Amino acid sequence: MHALDPLTLARIQFGFTVSFHILFPAITIGLASYLAVLEGLWLWRGNTVFKDLYHFWSKLFAVNFAMGVVSGLVMSYEFGTNWSYFSSYAGGVTGPLLTYEVLTAFFLEAGFLGVMLFGWDKVGRGLHFFSTVMVAIGTLISATWILASNSWMQTPQGYRIADGRIVPADWLQIIFNPSFPYRLAHMGIAAFLATALFVGAVAAWHLLRGRDDARIRTMMSMAMWMVLVVAPIQILVGDLHGRNTLEYQPAKVAAIEGHWENPPGESVPLILFGIPDMKSETTRYAIEIPHVGSVILTHSWSGTIPGLKDFKPEDRPNATVIFWTFRVMVGLGMLMLLLGVVALVLRWAGRLYSNRLFLRACLVMGPSGLVALLAGWLTTEIGRQPWVVYGVMRTADAVSAHSAMTLSLSLLIFVVLYCTVFGTGIGYLLKLAAHGPDEHTVTPVGDELDKRPARPLSAATESLN
Amino acid sequence: MGIDLPLIWVVIIAFGLMMYVIMDGFDLGIGILSPFVHDREDRDLMVNTVAPVWDGNETWLVLGGAALYGAFPLAYSLLLSALYLPLILMLAGLICRGVAFEFRFKADAAHRPFWDKMFAVSSYGATFFQGVSLGAFIDGFHVSGPSYLGGAFDWLSPFSVFTGLGLIVAYALLGATWLTMKTAGDLQARMIACARWVTLALLAVIAIVSLWTPLSHPAIAARWFSLPNLYYFAPVPVLILAVGALMLRLLRGTPNAGPFLLTLVLLFLGYSGLAISLWPNIIPPGVSFRAAASPPESMGFALVGTLFIIPVILTYTAWAYHVFRGKVTSNEGYH
Ligand code: HDD
Ligand code: HEM
Ligand code: HEM
Repeated sequence: MHALDPLTLARIQFGFTVSFHILFPAITIGLASYLAVLEGLWLWRGNTVFKDLYHFWSKLFAVNFAMGVVSGLVMSYEFGTNWSYFSSYAGGVTGPLLTYEVLTAFFLEAGFLGVMLFGWDKVGRGLHFFSTVMVAIGTLISATWILASNSWMQTPQGYRIADGRIVPADWLQIIFNPSFPYRLAHMGIAAFLATALFVGAVAAWHLLRGRDDARIRTMMSMAMWMVLVVAPIQILVGDLHGRNTLEYQPAKVAAIEGHWENPPGESVPLILFGIPDMKSETTRYAIEIPHVGSVILTHSWSGTIPGLKDFKPEDRPNATVIFWTFRVMVGLGMLMLLLGVVALVLRWAGRLYSNRLFLRACLVMGPSGLVALLAGWLTTEIGRQPWVVYGVMRTADAVSAHSAMTLSLSLLIFVVLYCTVFGTGIGYLLKLAAHGPDEHTVTPVGDELDKRPARPLSAATESLN
Repeated sequence: MGIDLPLIWVVIIAFGLMMYVIMDGFDLGIGILSPFVHDREDRDLMVNTVAPVWDGNETWLVLGGAALYGAFPLAYSLLLSALYLPLILMLAGLICRGVAFEFRFKADAAHRPFWDKMFAVSSYGATFFQGVSLGAFIDGFHVSGPSYLGGAFDWLSPFSVFTGLGLIVAYALLGATWLTMKTAGDLQARMIACARWVTLALLAVIAIVSLWTPLSHPAIAARWFSLPNLYYFAPVPVLILAVGALMLRLLRGTPNAGPFLLTLVLLFLGYSGLAISLWPNIIPPGVSFRAAASPPESMGFALVGTLFIIPVILTYTAWAYHVFRGKVTSNEGYH
């Protein structure tokens, strides 16, 4: 058998575990803020629809959060287990960032999570709302630190190299590295979009099955406003992000565009379809629109960007893959925009909750946020190759010295475990979603600790299936 | 030089790991005891006592890892490479344990026994491999510069297997005494009876580890049994015996928080014995924590926030425990 080498195995393992992980945080980030908004609206308006929705979504949040935590736990150890040379070389920068994430974000989430999920009848309304808001803030802080770390690996600055390792020189430069603002904005919005599309799909599912009540309508309406507002912002931010990448990682952009060289006097076309071939250094079957590449990337009619041939073969990222992952992301982004606009039109026409074609589209688009998000990460991370810290350390020098045997064994464990455990978990999530929101009867009391009703929050304890 | 950054960081990490052992210890202990409790309602009750706090408890482990990464990247990378397989298995255990918590309440009657089993097995697994890692850590690693030179199975030895089993006993005691504090009536009585036996078992484990460690590690023997040291360190075993005796006495009545607190003291003493044995190595047997330290720029940066934030964390953690204080009764539903 032609066995895979340890580097490839370590990369597959990391890519697999982190890709599973990111699905949960994306929904955690979006839902936490959504829950805070729902509870705030309930406290402000006193409309129990918001309270019922809060309880419904907090059940899904709990399951999703648990999966986010345990899959994240793996991530925080994987730097050492799989990329030990990276950790000892660059740990002086990435380690403290992770430490801050734990201190400022994870503990905040964990500390208030218990009260948020179980404390409804134990603390007063104000304190409970405060806990929800703290959890939401925690998720956003978490994203900020980890993205600072990841962005620094993409566009490193503020460091020097001494005694054979990276020594931080200026922490502000490290955290506010050139790609950080774009990545933070793009990822944060991606999480909100993914959640909104998921919420919309759940609402659409119930509407399609004839369950049309105020709770479901509220979900649908909120989700579609979110998509409408946020999808165009995401496209704008994505464009800015790309231009920033062009400045700092031109090889990545060349690979994304399947762009090999600049014949003299020619502008950059936009390749809509094609198969970049790394060996023959061409993009096969290319369908091109002249000048559009120049317009998008340089905002001028015939500006040029570096082509892949301007980089040594060993410095080129794999264009075959990221050409496509990028197009999947952008394509889905455009569809989201379309969905938001159609929803607006239907809302005007008074058919938002009844147009079956539209509702089916919402259902199909349910997972699209997560798919686009994964596609985006694949583009970013594979496009960074062959570097782990861009221009500073190669991935091949970062990997731990485990045998292919050890790595295959652990990869096998992860694949089996993740697919069964998280597969089941996602199954439970969908079942909970299919059950839909109920009326919620318990109100927070705070002082009457001993007079609790026999089964508070009984909705969650009903078994499913 | 003003402040001794590496030293402060060793203390912080040791504190974080201690918090982890205490807090996730009783979580895992409940999983370890759960196969012996057959009544559905009692089981739900056991799990309900930790449901609001388990996530925070586990976060101390994340802090241990992250702080090690930030302050001693060399130790982080070498230890995690050397302990690759046991750590992966431990993480697998923690994954299953964490989701089993959630899923058992969402499953229907037919699937619930499956998640209950998963909860128990994964608690045993996670604990065992933590203990194995501890034993392997005491045994030491074959390293040179930034590279681990040992094999993939160096961690496996009779000693590490024993420490693995020993940790199961320790966590079982934490679990049993936690439940003694958090429950009432029949379940509490059973936990008290159980705690008696487990206390004896734990004392035996501590005795065996205390003999086995110096016998098989001459350097550790030299540290304990050389002369002035012996006087300084002698209180540790004496205190352990005293605490053990007090515990058995308390367990004859119907105590509440007492046994749990004594278990904490017991573990703390064992922990300090370990620290005495290994000091100042962060990668036994040869790499001291100073040699593995990250640049002062990194340690200093992380320290500023840490010193501010840890008290805040302790405050709101205490508040969360306060909200869920008191005995848990069977009509308290999971969210
Ligand atoms: C954009 C956001 C984001 C990204 C890129 C990552 N994570 Fe994550 N992570 C979160 C956002 C998040 C979160 C929203 O904060 C989570 C999700 C669910 C949760 O409990 O917190 C979380 C949980 C979580 C946990 C458990 C925290 C706890 O105990 O409460 C750990 C240890 C990590 N993550 C570590 C990582 C590492 C090492 C990553 C890089 C490879 C990573 N995460 C990528
Ligand atoms: C959460 C979203 C993320 C996703 C989906 C993701 C995805 C990936 C993928 C697919 C790879 C493999 C690329 C390849 O080898 O071809 C990878 C590699 C890597 N990523 Fe990320 N990543 C994410 C976040 C992060 C963050 C936040 C960090 C750092 C703090 C990070 C650090 C790394 C490292 C160290 C590697 C290994 C070296 C390499 O193969 O490039 N990743 N990631
Ligand atoms: C439709 C227009 C969009 C454009 C022009 C765009 C542009 C980009 C670019 C250029 C990158 C690579 C950044 C790098 O160089 O590393 C990227 C990454 C990414 N994209 Fe998009 N994107 C779009 C839509 C979306 C949508 C709809 C989502 C998800 C809902 C999404 C999620 C992501 C994620 C998660 C990443 C990786 C993290 C990052 O680098 O920020 N994008 N995007």
